[in-house]
Amino acid sequence: MNLHSEPIRLLAFLVGIIAFAALNAAYLVWLERKVAGHVQRRIGPKEVGPFGLLQPLVDGIKLMTKQVLIPDNIDPILFRLAPPLLLIPAVMSFVTIPFSETLVARDINLGLLMIFAFASINVLGILLGGWGSNNKYAVIAAARGVSQNVAYEIPMLITVITMVMITHTLNLNEIVRQQGGGIFNWYIFRWSANPLMLISFLIFFTCSLAETNRAPFDLGEAESELVAGYHTEYSGMGFGIFFMGEYANIVIGCSLATILFLGGWQCPFGLWPGVHWFLIKLYILIFTVILIRWTFPRTTIYGLLNLSWKVLIPFALFNLILTGAMIKIWPMIFP
Amino acid sequence: MSVLASSDCKETFVLNLGPQHPATHGVLRVKLTMDGEYIRHAEPVLGYIHRMHEKMGENRTWAQFMPNTGRLDYLSALSYNHGYVLAVERAAGIAVPERAEYIRVITVELNRISSHLVWFGAFILDLGGFTPLLYAFDDREIILDLLQAVTGSRLTYCYFRFGGVYNDIEPDFITGTLAFIKRLRERMPMYHNLVTKNIILIKRLKDIGFVPAEMCRKYGATGPVLRGAGVGYDVRRAEPYSVYPELDFDIPTYPEGDCMARYMVRLDEIEQSMRIIEQACAKLPDGPVMAEKAPKIIKPAKGDYYAAVEAARGSFGVRLVSDGTTTPYRLKLRSPSYSNLSLFGEASRGMLLPDALALMGSLDLVIPEIDR
Amino acid sequence: MSGYFAEIFSGAKSLASGMGITFRYMFKPVVTVQYPHATLKMPERYRGHIELVKDPESGEPKCIVCGMCQRACPSGCITVAGDKLEGEKKKVLSKYVLNFTTCSLCGSCVESCKPGAIQFSREYNLASTRKEDYTIDLLQRLREQR
Repeated sequence: MNLHSEPIRLLAFLVGIIAFAALNAAYLVWLERKVAGHVQRRIGPKEVGPFGLLQPLVDGIKLMTKQVLIPDNIDPILFRLAPPLLLIPAVMSFVTIPFSETLVARDINLGLLMIFAFASINVLGILLGGWGSNNKYAVIAAARGVSQNVAYEIPMLITVITMVMITHTLNLNEIVRQQGGGIFNWYIFRWSANPLMLISFLIFFTCSLAETNRAPFDLGEAESELVAGYHTEYSGMGFGIFFMGEYANIVIGCSLATILFLGGWQCPFGLWPGVHWFLIKLYILIFTVILIRWTFPRTTIYGLLNLSWKVLIPFALFNLILTGAMIKIWPMIFP
Repeated sequence: MSVLASSDCKETFVLNLGPQHPATHGVLRVKLTMDGEYIRHAEPVLGYIHRMHEKMGENRTWAQFMPNTGRLDYLSALSYNHGYVLAVERAAGIAVPERAEYIRVITVELNRISSHLVWFGAFILDLGGFTPLLYAFDDREIILDLLQAVTGSRLTYCYFRFGGVYNDIEPDFITGTLAFIKRLRERMPMYHNLVTKNIILIKRLKDIGFVPAEMCRKYGATGPVLRGAGVGYDVRRAEPYSVYPELDFDIPTYPEGDCMARYMVRLDEIEQSMRIIEQACAKLPDGPVMAEKAPKIIKPAKGDYYAAVEAARGSFGVRLVSDGTTTPYRLKLRSPSYSNLSLFGEASRGMLLPDALALMGSLDLVIPEIDR
Repeated sequence: MSGYFAEIFSGAKSLASGMGITFRYMFKPVVTVQYPHATLKMPERYRGHIELVKDPESGEPKCIVCGMCQRACPSGCITVAGDKLEGEKKKVLSKYVLNFTTCSLCGSCVESCKPGAIQFSREYNLASTRKEDYTIDLLQRLREQR
């Protein structure tokens, strides 16, 4: 049997991706609780296993053994459809993520486009979950989630278009390859392409926080306002799948930021590129996301829309124009 | 916003906020008539933990009501102890030794700081920030330890007695208190950097939840709510009691009347309370802590008595009607949160749900005190 | 227009300084007590439920069965009874039951006790799922302590 045959390769990647998504969901909860604990000068989980490392396992078993309560007067199809709708696109997005030069499930040329196509499905999961549960809090949360996602997709996509103008490709692996040879070839420091690259990165990072419903933009599940938001009525593994989907989305968002701006699997010194560099950068970004959650209060819906329409979109548009101008003008000055 | 509030939109729904809801801090229920996320009408529904404290007072001796006062507002129980003790002392004409008065002031102000710290944490929690709560609790824990060493309890104190206090403080209480004040002074800039200056918080509190002085007057709101509307009314200055006239402190007022003003008033009050404690510790005289002539069985002369104190949430008043027996004829408690909550319906009209919750948080409600 | 940029700048600065504070606090030592593994010592004046004090000489409870504590208690959670033995002048304590479910730890009983026969215990690890566990026979408790 040829181990390098395409079906076996795909199967291995499929299993690997699902395992990666599930393990990340489980251990990001652990990391989140540990970081939260130490930020608040507590310890966090510590009883189950060394440093509480088995805590996610126990939590998972608890969630799976719990009864999935289906309330009366709900829309039974939408209610059951919503959690997978949030999780599956997130897991699918991993298919095009290049963990290293060779470690990528499908190295397709439209990788970036595919991720954004999938990313826009997850808002459907939030909407259907909120709408299908026949709960006022959930409906409010669903409405918030949709307006938030619509508002933030615009600056995010404008930033991505800026990036595509610079990279001339939608292939994620190719984008990373262009950033080889040291930290100053990463797009975040590529001053020659656009002097405001750092701002582009911040816009992208903020937008990915908002897209993944993370604090301070977690309006969809604002627990002090809407109890548990769109998953108020979900219990057991229904809630568990929502949760996994959310963490998978965070990983996707941070992976994209790593690939587009921080040089993906490239080493900052130009030596030994590989999957470890990708993971280091990825987890530093995820750690930042977690730290943000445990530092800031939540914004309101109008604060969020104000930020999007009055700050992020103008800056992103300005960046787009500047980049376009740079691409045309730079070769004229230095032919 | 006002256009939306006044428009004659028929598509409203009723949202039951509470009695079990994370933002109502207990068992308050608010019936909200909502138009989307805008509040058209808010109606607080009370009584979920009504315990008939006033009626209980009529069936007990004057002294036996003492533990009840600590259970009205569990966050600043000593102020409520103080209010009741003050009223009975006025009724029965008991003089309190000066040392006891100073001890009362020190412990009450410590309790006020701890109450404001809890409010600070819980308020930021309402706004979605988790960490400041734990930092505030870290500081509050020291106050609880200090008060526990003196009073024996951590939350529902029953420390004051008619004519003095239960027992004298120890010297290490004073050193511990001063060390705590030094620590909190060093921590305050951290709170301001982490929370007050945060742009998200400013955006959420500035020009949100407008409660003007006129509205406060209408509903009888007192305390930081009133001072946040620019009225410098504080019972400690308006109707001085205990040794407050001998102490130098300011009454922080902010004229804006929004959530930010109330937030700032409370944080400034923490600073002022620290000043009061420092002065009181320096001036603390020697002597007994219990009046020698305090009668064992209290029988105030027939009449109507009133005393008010500045609790952490506002003016707490106790009205006593005595028929000359060992039990009160009528005992009326005027609790500040009740009045402060009353204005919520009017103030929240036309607001968005998260803003209304910011307003509710900034009123600093303690539900057992509203329901009594 | 300059206000717009100033606000963005100061806002970003405030967010960064907030993150700096939480990041620094992450490396500070924890302040919590790991409760079941470590416990705190209660201060001397800690008010646990009341307990009887025994006479150091005879080893018997100091209580003279005057019933003052029973009368002082706001919620009537103390039941005291005594027997008058033959040949003895005073009553001897035969029953002292505290119903801790209604006790509010106000200290009126301790204060009212002339001979100083009751005091606050320092017990705080009280947890049970049965109401009956909080009807505490203090006389029996004293005998068991011996």
